[in-house]
Amino acid sequence: MEFRGHPHGVVTEHALLLQGIDKRFGDVQALSGASLAVRRGTLHAVLGENGAGKTTLMRIAFGLLRADAGTVFIDGTRVALASSRDAMARGLGMVHQHFTLVPAMSVVENVALGGRGMLHLSQVTARVQELAERTGLAVDPLARVDTLGVGAQQRVEIVKALYGEARVLIMDEPTAVLTPREAEDLFAWLRRYVADGGTVVLVTHKLQEALAIADDITVLRRGACVCAAPASSLDLSALVQAMTGDAPHAEQALRTPRDAGQPPACVAQLSEVGVRDARGVWRLRDVTLACAAGEIVGIAGVEGSGVHELLRVLAGRLVPSTGRVSLPDVVGFVPEDRLHDALIGEFTLTENVALRGAGARRGRVPWPALAQQTAGVLARHDVRAPSAAVAAGTLSGGNQQKFVVGRELDDRPPLIVAENPVRGLDIRATEHVVRELVAAAAAGSAVALYSADVDELLPVVDRMVVAFGGRVRAVPVDRAAVARALVGAE
Amino acid sequence: MSGLSGTRRLGAAGPVMETRWLIAVGTMVVMVGVVTLALWSGGFHVGRAAAALWNGAFGSPYAVLSATMVRATPLLFVGLAVGVAFRAGVLNIGAEGQLLAGAAAAVAVGLSVDGLPRLVALPLVLAAGTCAGAAWAGVAGWLKLRFGVLEVISTLMMNFVAMYLVSWLVRGPLQEPTGIYPQTVELGAAVRLPALVVGHRVHLGLVLAVGLAVAAWWVLTRTAAGFRVRAVGAGPTAARSAGRIDPARTTTMVFAVSGALAGLGGASEATGVTYALYEGLSPGYGYSAIAVALLARLHPLAIVGTAVLFGALEAGAAAMQRDAMVPSVLAAVIEALVVLGVLAFDRARTRGAGR
Repeated sequence: MEFRGHPHGVVTEHALLLQGIDKRFGDVQALSGASLAVRRGTLHAVLGENGAGKTTLMRIAFGLLRADAGTVFIDGTRVALASSRDAMARGLGMVHQHFTLVPAMSVVENVALGGRGMLHLSQVTARVQELAERTGLAVDPLARVDTLGVGAQQRVEIVKALYGEARVLIMDEPTAVLTPREAEDLFAWLRRYVADGGTVVLVTHKLQEALAIADDITVLRRGACVCAAPASSLDLSALVQAMTGDAPHAEQALRTPRDAGQPPACVAQLSEVGVRDARGVWRLRDVTLACAAGEIVGIAGVEGSGVHELLRVLAGRLVPSTGRVSLPDVVGFVPEDRLHDALIGEFTLTENVALRGAGARRGRVPWPALAQQTAGVLARHDVRAPSAAVAAGTLSGGNQQKFVVGRELDDRPPLIVAENPVRGLDIRATEHVVRELVAAAAAGSAVALYSADVDELLPVVDRMVVAFGGRVRAVPVDRAAVARALVGAE
Repeated sequence: MSGLSGTRRLGAAGPVMETRWLIAVGTMVVMVGVVTLALWSGGFHVGRAAAALWNGAFGSPYAVLSATMVRATPLLFVGLAVGVAFRAGVLNIGAEGQLLAGAAAAVAVGLSVDGLPRLVALPLVLAAGTCAGAAWAGVAGWLKLRFGVLEVISTLMMNFVAMYLVSWLVRGPLQEPTGIYPQTVELGAAVRLPALVVGHRVHLGLVLAVGLAVAAWWVLTRTAAGFRVRAVGAGPTAARSAGRIDPARTTTMVFAVSGALAGLGGASEATGVTYALYEGLSPGYGYSAIAVALLARLHPLAIVGTAVLFGALEAGAAAMQRDAMVPSVLAAVIEALVVLGVLAFDRARTRGAGR
């Protein structure tokens, strides 16, 4: 449903206008009264930390999500978008962070995918060629997508969006996957596109990018718009301030500082480690990191920064392409995606305990001992389960997580790698898991702790490292310093 | 205290487990209903057909010991082959080809070890069939791991290769000396599996197959290797990440074991029933095996039951055609309905649980 010709004089200069947007996912208020005003013919950067609500807001603008409250105007017309098809029909195009191309198909076939009715590939080819020439996007219409580099694939995504007559292009973290050179090319193209009358919304967490190429900047923090101004009136420190807010520095440390006696033993050591993914992109470069017994190393990094790969190398789950790794035999690993990477839902809890170390076990499975061990894990780690014989998939998310943490910590491994271990947990469960990790460190384990929420890390860690652009560096345990490192600001 | 479930049962916990069996029984009931309706609407006398079916399968010592159990034996071997593979997520639908490869190898070796004592010759012949089946499945396993070829396609295609290989063997290198019939000469007494009951056709292969069913159950539930098989089947990424299991290694092993079971089934059929190699040696046991394994919910001990059930069905169908004029292809229809029914109910259940 829509309300055409709504008399709103002020909105007509805006290609896209969102006002008072609320969105709640379960217990999480992702957006509260968020707004965004994108002037026609400008490049508008949307900034914010992880979880600030950038992507949610864009998905609402593009019709992929429905807002709980608030209004969306496109070209001054109030709209109620039911789907992304609706949004495209109104001249919106979106290039997602994760590409949506079919690798085994040609560029033209990919572009034609969303169409309806008869397919005339030669017509599509001609139009793609014309579009590429007119907009200056270097794309070979007949190339197979899987033969193209990442930068070229992104251009195909842009062509796809423009093919649907998009006048407003939403780009979600477009440079996360690009090399610096490719990013430069993209920005040059975006500036030209805007100069020719197009409108671009650029979602990013990289402040310098935004300052360098945007006309206007909107900053989101905790689901609300905290800053909206022309880029020329802003500088780096103002943006950091807006993004991170006034960080409460007086947080009480949960941990007593370790006594500075003899240096503790090094448990894990990465030397000049590099990881190249299946597409040949370097996810990690030249990473050197050591974890000592008894310390908690906080790890931060946004998606695409290489932090995912770093944690898996540390946990011994990923063999790096280059460099040397020295790890203990047993590493406790609490991965982010518990039902995919940590548990087998249809197996019983005892069987899931048996899963740990199953790769190296020989002979018979010692079921009675494992059943006893499972009962111990349930009791010691506060897992609410009817018995050890229920399927893991029947537990609540919080109890599954406590179970995974318990299983991985129960035999006091020398190294523990935890990835977002409190995601989705309530306060009590969160406290419990954090206490367990702190206790493990106190008992002599080295703990590498990653969280998407820096505020969770700061009170418990001994030191911090931050991943950015595939490189990892040490930063002070300080909110502002970490926030700057996360976005690549020195 | 009740954490021992992992040792007593396969797979999931109590309530989930019960629905699994409910699905199996429910499927059978629905299928019997559908078949009854089909018979009735086709103008057949349902009562007479059912009686003929029962008598053909269980009505006499001959029916049980020379028909039903003889049919159940190869079904049990290949049912286990399919069941073990499916437990690991390996969709081996090439048990038919592996069975034929096993039978061919067994007969080839059996013809050349004539003169050796039975205690040497027979194990040699059975081992040859086992190895041939493992190798036949191994080709599909290698293709999958090396080139990513889906085993559903490769194992199915290998069935045809095996079929034509047998055709060639019985018209070429292994053909009986007169060159008239497309088959080998009969195996000597030393390489024939002995009958279990004098005067009946049921043979030692049945004991072997039941033994293997128990062994398969024990390995899957009690041993580390069996646990890896189940883990890779139920959650490959968790098996790799949390269990640090090498899925490629486990998958390779499963291909080999599955093929070995089917190959041994072929050897058992050749040395226990046909005593020779010819083209129609298997009436599609390898395909029926999929229904046998699925209806048993891939549980090795339950496969013993479903193998006997389908053996009875096929034995009874022949009698039904003879005595009640009902086409014996009805048995194949029932098997197909069982596969579809189990898959459909399963899908409905996981959907229901997911939402």
